Amino acid sequence: MSNFWSWWIIVISVGNIVACYWLIKWAGKKRAGEAAAGEVTGHAWDEGTLEEFNNPMPRWWLWMFYATILFAFAYLALYPGLGNWKGTLGWTSTGQYDAEIKKADAEYKPIFAAFAQVPVDQLASVPKAVKVGQRLFLNYCATCHGSDAGGARGFPNLTDGDWLYGGDAETIKLTILDGRNGVMPPWKDALGEQGINEVTQYVLSLSGRKHDAALASAGKTRFDTMCMACHGMDGKGNKALGAPNLTDNVWLYGGSEGVIKKTISEGRNGHMPAHRNFLGEDKVHVLAAYIYSLSN
Amino acid sequence: METANTYNYKVVRQFAVMTIVWGIVGMTVGVLIAAQLVWPELNFDTPWLTYSRLRPLHTNAVIFAFGGSALFATSYYVVQRTCQTRLFSDRLAAFTFWGWTLVILLAAVSLPLGITTSKEYAELEWPIDLLIAVVWVSYAVVFFGTIMKRKVKHIYVANWFYGAFILTVAVLHIVNSMALPVSLTKSYSLYPGAIDAMVQWWYGHNAVGFFLTAGFLGMMYYFIPKQAERPVYSYRLSVVHFWALISTYMWAGPHHLHYTALPDWAQSLGMVFSLILLAPSWGGMINGMMTLSGAWHKLRTDPILKFLVVSLSFYGMSTFEGPMMAIKTVNALSHYTDWTIGHVHSGALGWVALVSIGSIYFLIPKLFGKEQMYSVKLIDTHFWIATVGIVLYIVSMWIAGIMQGLMWRAVNDDGTLTYSFVESLKAMYPYYTVRFIGGLLFLSGMFIMAYNAFKTISGATPATQPATQTA
Repeated sequence: MSNFWSWWIIVISVGNIVACYWLIKWAGKKRAGEAAAGEVTGHAWDEGTLEEFNNPMPRWWLWMFYATILFAFAYLALYPGLGNWKGTLGWTSTGQYDAEIKKADAEYKPIFAAFAQVPVDQLASVPKAVKVGQRLFLNYCATCHGSDAGGARGFPNLTDGDWLYGGDAETIKLTILDGRNGVMPPWKDALGEQGINEVTQYVLSLSGRKHDAALASAGKTRFDTMCMACHGMDGKGNKALGAPNLTDNVWLYGGSEGVIKKTISEGRNGHMPAHRNFLGEDKVHVLAAYIYSLSN
Repeated sequence: METANTYNYKVVRQFAVMTIVWGIVGMTVGVLIAAQLVWPELNFDTPWLTYSRLRPLHTNAVIFAFGGSALFATSYYVVQRTCQTRLFSDRLAAFTFWGWTLVILLAAVSLPLGITTSKEYAELEWPIDLLIAVVWVSYAVVFFGTIMKRKVKHIYVANWFYGAFILTVAVLHIVNSMALPVSLTKSYSLYPGAIDAMVQWWYGHNAVGFFLTAGFLGMMYYFIPKQAERPVYSYRLSVVHFWALISTYMWAGPHHLHYTALPDWAQSLGMVFSLILLAPSWGGMINGMMTLSGAWHKLRTDPILKFLVVSLSFYGMSTFEGPMMAIKTVNALSHYTDWTIGHVHSGALGWVALVSIGSIYFLIPKLFGKEQMYSVKLIDTHFWIATVGIVLYIVSMWIAGIMQGLMWRAVNDDGTLTYSFVESLKAMYPYYTVRFIGGLLFLSGMFIMAYNAFKTISGATPATQPATQTA
């Protein structure tokens, strides 16, 4: 900050503290003709029912006051506080953060580096690694995927062996490292209401559910031109794109007729955040081993 | 009735009665949301019954409706009695009552609808903020106008505190509420990012300092010496702690933003001034407590005095706890935990509510021309129920908060966190249940008070009091 603002802060903050000290001294002074301690001041209010004693301030209280003032000056000399004054200790909150991270890294990084030497699929059978991975999962993943990794609406179940992007060890790791964006575009405008109904019936038919055969066959024609590119000829999906398999009766957003209709007409926007910078590759490696162990 | 020569007790009566009503309303909402934390299904899947919308309703109702009414009632009473003159303007005083009531009703509708600025303790949207500003300025005119036409030379200490509270809250409210409206129900703060956070907590902490502390110290300085029938302990002490309190409180806000994007220098100043604040805060407690020397025996028989004195003990406790929590290393543990909630309630229930309840018990018989309340025994019952409720509340939140802080920072030998967040939440069930019981007890005390007040008032004729005597 500029020198002006720095001095502004110094003057009014130190001024306030000094004024408190001066106030105590000023108010503590004996004045000529004033009432003695234990006597009333002579002021009276409320028909004479309210008066004030002229007692001195309690000594222990004054010492407490002085102690906090002394502490304030000592602290403001040692730590940043008075404008641009950095404090003699050189402390900053970012410095404290960096030091704590450095200490933690020195202590814990080797543990994860050792785990990272073992390929994910092999690490999944090392009980200690799986346990560490589970702890990471409970803190960083459970909010969306659930404590049991069973998923929730819009958040995939990680235990059922059904994978949107692939369930091999390296793919799982990549998904955690770089995140995923599962975008299904809205088809409301392109298909129209009738079109949506038809495609919905066809999608129901793909997983052998109850459906209207006539509508479904009309839906198939539309599916083959519009949906096939991602979900494939047979509706079995495409792991490279994260397009779900529509034949296995596993539903990310719900499989009722109404929900399917809504998914087609309004689209979906699934987002798995990237963890590469946040957790670092070694921790993600251990985390991937835990996820892998859930279905293998 | 010759109004020119009497005190205006009408507006005092209105606010005094509404203090009890809004206390029951605000605390009922509080008990409901405390129950929701134990039994989440109590939101009945209804948006306007969800915790997130009712919590600001609870805080606004207890601080501004209950606490505000108590402050209006007592300040109007005290300023008249100690200036020996009628309020500056009856019409403006009536406007503050109806205006404040309208503000509260608008809050009670808009907050459950989800209309909010999302600034804590300043959630109300800009049209309501404008109304608050107008009502508050009118309040200032009535109060200071009455001081100006006082018939006694000196201004009584209670009025310094009430005056500081009224002036500062006007400034705080107007500065913090500066916003750009985009529609009738939505506005955006004028301040960007960290500055907005700092302005918000400059407001937020001084709302505690001036609304919930200075204002209620004004109350304490009148009702304790009156009820104890003893002179105030030390005039000197009141001068020093008044000026020190109002000047240092201004700086303490940043302790709400330790270890955030707020620059380090501001955080340090916030911490240092919070510590200096300890002595000025305790000055009020000492002055109130010591006023009882020579009158301690009255505590045995006078439950109103019990309310007033115990409120000071809680005041002393929470104004010690506050500076401690403002120390960075302590704050690193306590911040974001239920310890903060416990701290706030030792102040809000223990100090603000008890001193208000004691003062209202003092006022009601006088305002309605009665010797005393319908039942003194019920005041005593109320006192014990309320005190047990507060203790349950505070102790459970201490345990809960410290436990949360420790669970969140616990790490395994591999550096991973020992507990997931949900585990710390699960550990809270017993403490949240005890807190709910504590809150329920406190609320039941308010119903006893309402019954007692109803029996005192019904059939009574409003009192008039000549204002012409001189001391």
